[in-house]
Amino acid sequence: MIDETPHEDAKATLSGFAGELDAMPGGRVQRRYALYQAYLAFFGLALGGAIGLLQAMDRAGQDLYESVGLQSYYQGLAIHGVTLAIVFTFTFSNAWLQYATMRGFQRPLAHTWIVKTSFWLSATGIALASYALLTNQATVLYTMYAPLAAHWTYYLGAALLVVGTWAVLANQLLTLRAWRKDNPGERIPLIVFASLMTYLMWFIASLGIAVEVLVFLLPWSLGLIDGVDPLLTRTLFWFSGHPIVYFWLLPAYTSWYMVVPKRANGRLFSDPVVRVVFIMFLLLSTPVGLHHQFTDPGVDEGLKFVHGMLTFAVFFPSVITAFTLMAAFEDGGKRAGGKGLFGWIAKMPWKDPMASTQIVAMITFLFGGMSGLINASYTVNQVVHNTSFIPGHFHMTVGSAVALSFMGIAYWLVPHLTNKKLHSDLLGVVQGWTYGIGVLIFGRGLMVSGLNGQPRRVPINQASYANPEWFEGDALGAIGGFLMVAAGLMFFYNLIRTMASKTPAREHELAFEVSDVMVPAEDGPAILDRVGFWFVAAFALVLLAYIPAFITQGFDPASPMWQPW
Amino acid sequence: MIKTLDRYEKIILGLTVLGLILGAGAIALSVLEAGIHLPTIEDRIDPAAVRDTAPFDEPGVTINSDGTATAVIIAQTWLWEPDTIEVPAGTEVEFVLTSPDVLHGFHIWDTAVNAMVIPGQVTRVTQTFDNPGEFGIVCHEYCGIGHHTMFGRVLVTP
Repeated sequence: MIDETPHEDAKATLSGFAGELDAMPGGRVQRRYALYQAYLAFFGLALGGAIGLLQAMDRAGQDLYESVGLQSYYQGLAIHGVTLAIVFTFTFSNAWLQYATMRGFQRPLAHTWIVKTSFWLSATGIALASYALLTNQATVLYTMYAPLAAHWTYYLGAALLVVGTWAVLANQLLTLRAWRKDNPGERIPLIVFASLMTYLMWFIASLGIAVEVLVFLLPWSLGLIDGVDPLLTRTLFWFSGHPIVYFWLLPAYTSWYMVVPKRANGRLFSDPVVRVVFIMFLLLSTPVGLHHQFTDPGVDEGLKFVHGMLTFAVFFPSVITAFTLMAAFEDGGKRAGGKGLFGWIAKMPWKDPMASTQIVAMITFLFGGMSGLINASYTVNQVVHNTSFIPGHFHMTVGSAVALSFMGIAYWLVPHLTNKKLHSDLLGVVQGWTYGIGVLIFGRGLMVSGLNGQPRRVPINQASYANPEWFEGDALGAIGGFLMVAAGLMFFYNLIRTMASKTPAREHELAFEVSDVMVPAEDGPAILDRVGFWFVAAFALVLLAYIPAFITQGFDPASPMWQPW
Repeated sequence: MIKTLDRYEKIILGLTVLGLILGAGAIALSVLEAGIHLPTIEDRIDPAAVRDTAPFDEPGVTINSDGTATAVIIAQTWLWEPDTIEVPAGTEVEFVLTSPDVLHGFHIWDTAVNAMVIPGQVTRVTQTFDNPGEFGIVCHEYCGIGHHTMFGRVLVTP
């Protein structure tokens, strides 16, 4: 896989952006390494998705964990969470947004060695964390709440995956500096702006988990310090743990804004408004994390309220996104001849697997986003906190809006980067709908069980308690889960047949066209492009929101390691 | 930039702001009017000395002179101590919890009692049980291999 000898496609000059990039110094190698990061993502998706099958079987009353060599449901759940929510999302974002940045700037990134370093950091991190997870030494679940203590390789692996994302940001910023020198006074291309804001937001957000792991958990797991403060590590986790959802989501938004409308022949209303959306995510993603700790002791009630209210504000840019995207699709559908109030819907690119899969993902996100407002509601959260309602919610956000969008992006990015035609467009379209319908059935099932008091993260058929009201939810959870797994198999079948194929990619797969806008960047104020200014403002807002929390909750590292699994 | 906004764009932005303000207002009202409180900062406790620290040296239910009850519960892998809380109907019960080991979650079915139990911290939540019946107490935070067996009940007697 890491073989750098040119493939067959290198002999002929490719058409489209891939060919242009290959002609520039470092372009071909960087394009290849973007693909390698995507391969890491597919590894995470395959492993995590396979565990999803075991979970669906569990809801249907069959415990298969021991028969596949796993110790328990919980070991499976730890693997499921980490491989999907960290490995798959991080590495796919690294692949997609590095490449999107190159496309926007029309040049390779500043340093090829950083592109390679990011890949190797990610790959090493995955190897270390996988070792700990698969040997049942890290059954602390994705949230890794101390004083549950994992093997040190798990924490180091997680840290390397985060540092791998920082490498991408560093390269983006160095490329921006070089590009600005060559293009004085020009506005940052919108797709670059979106990609850069995503990584800048995540850099600020990831400082919480970086401190948690490097200062506390890693030294603790190595025996260098005796105890940790469970509330502090939990607060640091959620410092990163809420904005991480935007680090999952914004790469999908970047594609929704910049790629899908173009395929639908639609234009974005306004470039400056899109910039404002991404700036709002930079500013508001992080100073809201305490809404995950509404039910915690030791956290000030007033601060919880402030974070809860700020969480409502971060809903705002998502509503603008829904509006702008629907307007773009309506514009495209009408330009394609759609008549009447709804005729444009039929003219949307339903037969294109890249676009239709992402449109299905957008539909599921309507439910995911709205249920998120319920969780964020200061008092209503009491009804749903840590019940099955929560996984019901996030499978309609990260589990579909993000995961299904990434599969949709893969339907053109893999052909684009490998110069191999997608095996079957039809299978891709069917896959998107199967997954989307599956996740909605699954989400409905888990949410109703959650409202009836079913706890999350429990092998429900082995529990010492039961509730007849859960039957419907468990059945829907199992049916939805099976549909999602079936769609996963379709995706991997299509992907493997594509990679094994000798048919060169089609013209639209090699092209990388980005959305047109009606109101150009130049109509917006210049301050929108002041990246440093927004970074400082976001950082200040985070300090304002979190310094009182850290001061008031105090610090007592009294908890030793526990491994009760 | 406001000038370049389309009319529809302005309408949707305005409606969104209005909707969010109404939602936030409703939540503020639920706090101020209905008096719903979340767990907040209490005294810290040494997780290694839980059983030597009052009130956790005597876990159990006490009926106070004013008719309210205090239920002191230790949440540990993988049981509630005590696992049955018995109170007469109409009693306002203050639950006081901590953990000597890892995180646990305290959820009483069919009530709004839903709180984390964190080593080093004391959780206090209050609930009035108006009607007789049995309410399950489930641990909803992963606490190890026996997490799904950690169960208790509140018995409300007539």
